[in-house]
Amino acid sequence: MSTGRKIRVLAAKPGLDGHDRGIKVICHALRDAGMEVIYTGLRQTPEQIVSTAVQEDVDVIAMSVLSGAHDYLFPRVMDLAREKGLKDVLVLGGGIIPEEDIPALKSAGISEIFGPGTYTTDIIRYIQDNLQPKR
Amino acid sequence: MFDSEKLNALKVKQKAWQDKAETKLAKAPERKKAFTTISEVPVERIYTPADIADQDYDQELAFPGEYPFTRGVQPTMYRGRFWTMRQYAGFASAEESNRRYKYLLDQGQTGLSVAFDLPTQIGYDSDHALSQGEVGKVGVAIDSLEDMETLFNGIPLDKVSTSMTINAPAAILLAMYIGVAEKQGVSSKELNGTIQNDILKEYSSRGTYIFPPLPSLRIITNIFEYCSTEVPKWNTISISGYHIREAGSTAVQEVAFTLANGIAYVEAAQKAGLSVDTIGPRLSFFFNAHLDFLEEIAKYRAARRIWARLMKERFGAKDPRSMMVRFHTQTAGCSLTAQQPKNNIVRVAFQALSAVLGGTQSLHTNSMDEALSLPTEEAVQVALRTQQIVAYETGVTETVDPLAGSYYIEHLTKTIEDKAMDYIRQIDDLGGAAMAIEKGFIQKEIQESAYHYQKAIETGERVVVGLNKFQIQEPPPQNLLRVDLQVQELQKEKLTRLRSSRDNEKVQGCLADLKKTAQGTENLMPSILEAVRAYATLGEICDTLRSVFGEYTAVSTL
Repeated sequence: MSTGRKIRVLAAKPGLDGHDRGIKVICHALRDAGMEVIYTGLRQTPEQIVSTAVQEDVDVIAMSVLSGAHDYLFPRVMDLAREKGLKDVLVLGGGIIPEEDIPALKSAGISEIFGPGTYTTDIIRYIQDNLQPKR
Repeated sequence: MFDSEKLNALKVKQKAWQDKAETKLAKAPERKKAFTTISEVPVERIYTPADIADQDYDQELAFPGEYPFTRGVQPTMYRGRFWTMRQYAGFASAEESNRRYKYLLDQGQTGLSVAFDLPTQIGYDSDHALSQGEVGKVGVAIDSLEDMETLFNGIPLDKVSTSMTINAPAAILLAMYIGVAEKQGVSSKELNGTIQNDILKEYSSRGTYIFPPLPSLRIITNIFEYCSTEVPKWNTISISGYHIREAGSTAVQEVAFTLANGIAYVEAAQKAGLSVDTIGPRLSFFFNAHLDFLEEIAKYRAARRIWARLMKERFGAKDPRSMMVRFHTQTAGCSLTAQQPKNNIVRVAFQALSAVLGGTQSLHTNSMDEALSLPTEEAVQVALRTQQIVAYETGVTETVDPLAGSYYIEHLTKTIEDKAMDYIRQIDDLGGAAMAIEKGFIQKEIQESAYHYQKAIETGERVVVGLNKFQIQEPPPQNLLRVDLQVQELQKEKLTRLRSSRDNEKVQGCLADLKKTAQGTENLMPSILEAVRAYATLGEICDTLRSVFGEYTAVSTL
């Protein structure tokens, strides 16, 4: 990121899940690492998430689902992101996500899945290492 | 409590002992500069009679079953009967959950605990757009009385006690339960159980709110009032610290924020004209059993003492039952690791033991695989067996409150009480729990604790076995329970069938009546019951209420 623009992250809670401890901790950690973080709050539809991502011109979308609805919600967000022409946005998923679901989520376009026990420092490093310079 | 001369002599001796111990520190230092509980309460090297010298037995502890109930709410505790072993369960369809309940009862479980899926908890039918992907995932999908009949098929409601984790639509699910009982020929007056019905912690910690605080508190007090005569054995609320702790709070915050919510409910009931001794005995509580074994035991004891004093001194309760914290405990889901999941069996065992030593009335023990998915039958069996081993094999149940009088436990109980009361006063100053949530105070306090806890793990300051120490390479977990996406389709088909076979004119009439009641000031329960009996769906009933009450918008705290 040579322009000095801060990395912009949309932290999102898709679906009806109310578990927000993890995403809030990540918001704190990403901010402490110098990123700009926009948190959507609970109960976001995939449509809302993608439209916020467009509006806020984010570099990263980080979604958290602990209800098991990731198998529907994550691919749906990716479909909409493609429809809206969101390119070069790094999309990450986290929560309670069974190992066997990960290949399908990745082939839907999710870059990486972070499960329980992940260090916030690993997520920060992943973002820094994998972000394509936007401009 | 102690002879003052002896106490002074002891203090002199203790000083000498301390000095001597410290001379050795240069050569053999302690593991850490400062010791604390998991909630950052400082912990000294030892505790002695001097640390509890100002505690009067009668005032602070008294006897079990007697005010201020520090030692327990019943005189005989587990010598009379064990706690209720109650595993929280529910997934997929009513049929599948019904099978799981029967399995659990067969395995010696003594009470049911229903987990509903998120659409049910937030008042959407399974065919609602926002329900997509969520149906049957974290609990059972219930759209109408018909599903509830299936859920309890073959389970006699006059024989079991049933706890339902339902908050915003609690009135509707309770009405459905009453509806099933009616079909079984069981009067509502015989029903035993609990609805969570604790909306304040939904705003601060759990997230399944629907309506704004004012109408929500009206629904809650309507339930209190209705049940006081019609469902008199029912616990009309379970004031829950569990989710506050899961959201990242400390033990002190768990006690403080839970009891502050309790205060708000008592005040709301009084405003609605209900006396403290009408509702007091039907209030129940729900706490977390976290990792710090001794702190947890002290926490439960402190919660009992604080609440008893609040009810007696602040609210003028006369009935001792109004002053008792009767509580359910669940072991800490947030303490489970996805890494080396079998280690969770051991964590859960210690947590369960702390709940029992703290005097719980009922207990859910988490299954080892819950950091990965909903539990398999085998994992649930181990969890239930853990409770049975504590009950039947460890011997801790043979005397009441066996850790009373421990210098550390009593000192820590008092410390937690004092620190929790500081918070409660702070919340009072903000205008009570509802205002403190509106201002984001409670959420921010919890968030900060959660972040602090995570940082302590990442720096290695806090060791989590298998996660940041003693790691191994392990294959991905096998045989996890999965909920089929088909459940959603099945629920949708059931809804279509229901809507075409029921008396829709009657349903519309009931919903119109409900709307009128909601616009007025009468108790909502009778209208809700009528709608439920006519097979109005949960979503239809909630939409009717939404049209009058509106929906809650969360305050942003980030």
